[in-house]
Amino acid sequence: MSQFKEISVNGLWKSNPALVQLLGLCPLLAVTGSVVNALGLGLATMLVLVGSNVAVSLIRNTVNEAIKLPAFVMIIASFTTCTELLMQAFTYELYQILGIFIPLIVTNCVILGRADAFACKNKLLPSALDGFMMSLGFMLVLLAIGGIREIIGSGTLLSNMHLIFGESARAWEWKLFGENYKGFLVAVLPPGAFLVAGLLIAIKNIIDAEILRREKALSDKPVKGSKRVRTTGQVA
Amino acid sequence: MLGKSISKNSLILGTFAIVTAGVLAVTFLATRDRIAAEEKRAAQKALTEIIPQSRHDNDMLEDVWVIPESQLAELGLASPSSIHIARQSEQNIAVVIPSIAPDGYSGDIKLITGINIDGSVAGVRVLSHKETPGLGDKVDLNKHTWILGFNDTSLNAPETDDWKVKKDGGHFDQFTGATITPRAVVKRVKQTLEYFNAHKAEILGNTDESI
Repeated sequence: MSQFKEISVNGLWKSNPALVQLLGLCPLLAVTGSVVNALGLGLATMLVLVGSNVAVSLIRNTVNEAIKLPAFVMIIASFTTCTELLMQAFTYELYQILGIFIPLIVTNCVILGRADAFACKNKLLPSALDGFMMSLGFMLVLLAIGGIREIIGSGTLLSNMHLIFGESARAWEWKLFGENYKGFLVAVLPPGAFLVAGLLIAIKNIIDAEILRREKALSDKPVKGSKRVRTTGQVA
Repeated sequence: MLGKSISKNSLILGTFAIVTAGVLAVTFLATRDRIAAEEKRAAQKALTEIIPQSRHDNDMLEDVWVIPESQLAELGLASPSSIHIARQSEQNIAVVIPSIAPDGYSGDIKLITGINIDGSVAGVRVLSHKETPGLGDKVDLNKHTWILGFNDTSLNAPETDDWKVKKDGGHFDQFTGATITPRAVVKRVKQTLEYFNAHKAEILGNTDESI
């Protein structure tokens, strides 16, 4: 059980692919202009990563060191192509928006990285969970950047969600600053992606530092306390 | 020893290739029809947006006139393309002509221009572009209604000389901060109208559907 917890914490926070490992930055920066794009690419990446982790874990005893990489690449490539075909069939407009970044999932280092670092050394279930948590961590960062850029850049949130969820989702769009918001251009342009991503990394580092500080304070206390008990006989 | 490991490894990789190819083949076959249907629906949607279903009763997607290779340059096109023709009870109603404006701010702007038989514009749509978000991308109907300004214009209204953006002394608005994009679109739409005028008889006379 603790292994599963560790995998989850690693994927979502400690070694978050986007904020800590800084892998897959190309799609991260390129398609996060809006929440719907971020969600589309996040889900596609999740499909590929979970699939490839499961497949790699299944074959981990068959392949040796020499042919490991070509075998992994083959698996990842076929999962990516399958995902591309599925998106083309079921979310055609989103597929057109995301365009080249769907086939480019194959080059996302997170996926080959997890296959090589985790799935080929672990059993099926942990590998599947690792794939899921890593891609979930990646997707949450995509969504955060997408959300922030959409709000600042276009003044909307959740616009065009019907591209994924069908016509009924058209009403989810939320205009935060009214109809006449002109949009803050830099957020929509590539530099905005860098700025927001950097901001998120900074926030994460601040939180980590704060956690570390509290843990340290916590671990220091008992020592002090016990000393005091001995010297003064009082409990602090 | 080495030979043995090589042949064993190739065998494993070969098996892999076959299995993954098999998975791909199954997915491809399972999604092929749906993808074709989606592509057709998307193409149809773009056409019927310009020439509504109520104005024609033929299948515009199939009713095409293939642009001769020698004329592709007049529309800025690089690859073989066709003109779609709308008809109502065998009567020609309008055509939809694809074109590319090469002089946008960043790269090609792909357009389709619907032209009524009398030479007036039924509508213009941008199919794809790489213009600056927030500035030049207002040519996209999803972002701005500017492109509807072409509706009902023709080569004589406004005057031929006025087929320019206002900044150049013409009839059409530009956007704040973006003149190059509208200028490119206006120029190409004008050229498309001229192309239609010059080749009208050819286009409407010959409706070879065999290609």
